[in-house]
Amino acid sequence: MATLAENKRRRIEELIARTSEAGGVSLFRDAGRRLLRNPTAIVGGVLILLFLIIAIFAPLVAPHDPVQRFPELTRDLTVDHIPGPTAGHPLGSDPLGRDFASRMIYGARQTLFVGVLATLIGLLLGVLLGAIAGALGGRVDAIIMRLTDVMLALPSLLLAITLVALASQSTQWTVIIAVAVVNVPIFARLLRGSMLAQRESDHVLAARALGVKRHDIVLRHMLPNSLTAVIVQATLTFAVAILDAAALSFLGLGDPDINRAEWGLMLGVDGVRYFEVRPELAYFPALAIILVALGFTLLGESIREALDPKNRR
Amino acid sequence: MPLLDVRDLSVVFQRRGTRPVAAVDGVSFTVEPGQTVGLVGESGCGKSVTSLAIMGLLPRRGNTVTGEVRFEDTDLLKLRPAELRDRRGRDIGMIFQDPLSSLNPVIPLGLQVAEVLERHQGRTRREALREARGLLDAVGIPDPSRRLKEFPHQLSGGMRQRALIAIALACKPRLLIADEPTTALDVTIQAQILTLLKELVDNSGTALVMITHDLGVVAGLCDTVNVLYAGKVVERAGRHHLFAAPRHPYTDGLLQSVPRLDADRGGRLHQIRGSVSDNIPWSEGCAFAPRCDRVIDDCIGETVPLLGGALRCTNPVPKGVRV
Repeated sequence: MATLAENKRRRIEELIARTSEAGGVSLFRDAGRRLLRNPTAIVGGVLILLFLIIAIFAPLVAPHDPVQRFPELTRDLTVDHIPGPTAGHPLGSDPLGRDFASRMIYGARQTLFVGVLATLIGLLLGVLLGAIAGALGGRVDAIIMRLTDVMLALPSLLLAITLVALASQSTQWTVIIAVAVVNVPIFARLLRGSMLAQRESDHVLAARALGVKRHDIVLRHMLPNSLTAVIVQATLTFAVAILDAAALSFLGLGDPDINRAEWGLMLGVDGVRYFEVRPELAYFPALAIILVALGFTLLGESIREALDPKNRR
Repeated sequence: MPLLDVRDLSVVFQRRGTRPVAAVDGVSFTVEPGQTVGLVGESGCGKSVTSLAIMGLLPRRGNTVTGEVRFEDTDLLKLRPAELRDRRGRDIGMIFQDPLSSLNPVIPLGLQVAEVLERHQGRTRREALREARGLLDAVGIPDPSRRLKEFPHQLSGGMRQRALIAIALACKPRLLIADEPTTALDVTIQAQILTLLKELVDNSGTALVMITHDLGVVAGLCDTVNVLYAGKVVERAGRHHLFAAPRHPYTDGLLQSVPRLDADRGGRLHQIRGSVSDNIPWSEGCAFAPRCDRVIDDCIGETVPLLGGALRCTNPVPKGVRV
């Protein structure tokens, strides 16, 4: 009997502990906690973390220098034969006799660098434009929105190709800027929409009733409440940006430097050209791109879910 | 001299290609220092628009505000936006209907109270936060030090409204406008909030404009009551007078629509026919005429003036009919 009552008391205490835990937590901390409980988020996060570690510690992880040509590989190299895995080269050779495994590992660096930077630049410009449009409204808003309309009217890849073509010389930065610019209108529209909704909200009216200055209303009351959608969009854009950059490389519009190891380039140039000789040259970069994109998409989706106020307890 | 003197205030909404609508149509009333004045009426009669017009919070486009809103010596309607911003929150505070949506969801409560002190009293963040703790304590929020760090969603409805009151009164304004401050709260909390408001305005000498559709709130709080209908004041009276002997058929109808414990069992509750949209323009008679039980031929034709500054009716309820 005593144990029964004891169990009951413990159960009640547990429940109380759990409720108070849920009660005393901010939106972002609560979202973070829910994220850690979500298996989808963990899969996405682990994938990204894995690639990040590989990218950062590429020199330690990679067995060889990614641009060095090895005599033992070039010896057997012909148009119809590319050496497969050997003892020192776990994934075999690339079409120039370089260690394919090392190039894949260094490729994580380049690819993530391009994806992350393109997203961040696009995010920054988009937030700036969207915030100005949403905060000022009226004519400024109309002009910025028509500008984004024009950009959105063009297929994103076509726009990126045009931008790269406009630059006299294609470098890694041309690709990054092109991919970033393509995403600017998406961020700008998204933020402008939620800024407009914020402008009509009660707490902004309340802030105005307190005589809060206009820039404080925009920066402290409207912007922080509008960022959720943009943050989520950014995580999803990482994946798209990596794919877009890969697509540009695939089309031969990326950096022309043949020493560069980037998955899009490896897939698009070597992978396609030597597909019948050694299909692995296409498979591995493609798989890596898919996994990174999947990681970002999974994490982005779960962040969206976690930040949704309807899921709060 | 009255603290607030609203003279012939009109707000006309017009969008391109539509008929102009006068949401507020020549409203005049005064508020003496320390006095509590009620603005009463059903939804759509212009209560909230009146308060927003006084504060200069109506949207910039799509409306025309005319008349005068004299606060002490200045006409608020003539002030430049920056001057008005300096006064809002310092001289005039405002409390809104829905306490949750009136608080910024991503900023801890303390900073929201501190913000207004930093803005108007030049306090530093640290001073403002210390003062904020005292303010929360004064409006009866327990454990204010902890609450300062919490976010609006972590507070109960009553606590949120207390916090809003604290923010509105932070700079000790001479006038507080409360736009249906208890509508979003449940009944027990409503009573607490009203008691708190009454206490605070009584102790600080703040004048209060109470906007409500709840006659119970009026009965408990207001010195003078203005009954609004279709954008015009139809009856103005002291609280006791209004409840004891309403003269306008609309006021009478509102009072009779309140359920009473001493009413006959099984009897049907009184209701006013139709809805606010069933009205005629004031220029062609009494807007309430289509819904009025005491309508006579004289009600239609021309605008009924506010007789003696207190009653806008050609056929009022005779004195002393109600018990």
